[in-house]
Amino acid sequence: MSTFNEEYSVPINSAADIVVARQRGRALAIQLGFNGSDPTMIAAAISEVARNIINHAKHGEIVLSGVHDSRRQGIQVIARDDGPGIANVEQAMQYGFSSNKGMGVGLPGAKWLMDEFDIQSQVGKGTRVSMRKWLS
Amino acid sequence: MHVPILKQGGYLIATIQSVLSDADLLQLRDDLAGRVGQFRSRGVIIDVTVLDVIDSFATRTLRGVAHMLKLRGAETVIVGIQPDVAFAMVQLGLTLEGVGTALDLEEGLAFLNAKAKRGGVVAGTRSAAAPLSSPRTLHGAQPKRGSSRR
Repeated sequence: MSTFNEEYSVPINSAADIVVARQRGRALAIQLGFNGSDPTMIAAAISEVARNIINHAKHGEIVLSGVHDSRRQGIQVIARDDGPGIANVEQAMQYGFSSNKGMGVGLPGAKWLMDEFDIQSQVGKGTRVSMRKWLS
Repeated sequence: MHVPILKQGGYLIATIQSVLSDADLLQLRDDLAGRVGQFRSRGVIIDVTVLDVIDSFATRTLRGVAHMLKLRGAETVIVGIQPDVAFAMVQLGLTLEGVGTALDLEEGLAFLNAKAKRGGVVAGTRSAAAPLSSPRTLHGAQPKRGSSRR
């Protein structure tokens, strides 16, 4: 399916881009066959990781694409930035922990909304969050 | 996208018209804070029916608006949170603790009217039974704010 080969990159440079990213994500999710409350879950997760870029790195991008393995299909969301990075990822993933102005809900919340969640961060280099949700 | 704020008797009604950016939400907060003083409003309804997602920032801002308006003497009720949006909020662990919520505009008005009654406000003042058809009459018949408040 052609949908699965396409990749959409949404640059995140201002808070307004968060809305663009989650709308694109919702549209792609529906295109890929997600229905019910799933497109909203995916859009909410994108909103949180995009906000994380704005709050901590100022600039970055969200890359949206379809994914599949041997058994199933789904959506992949990658959020990456070249920001300051996260010194203690474990702490950042704790619900309620916030280094600055947030509620400390964003990253752990996004993890709950998706099926797979991976975060890699290097201080001084940046952060990369990769999330997937599979079509059940 | 600017959020229009309508005055309805003693209440203000802010109906969000499209998906809001962070800046729009903050603008709405500032606008409402100003209008509550300008119109001496006792209640504020924020209709979020069109919002596609209420994320942690939006939740925090809405909660902030409600608490700020409370300090200004106005009760806030958030109406129209869609089922999927509510479900995502639950998954994110987000709550609107301490903020009134209602199904829709009609329920929101009923919520504020009930609050006003419990607060001992006499019927016929700005906050009780505001008729949708004749806000002007009500406005003209308003007693001074201080007289009807404890």
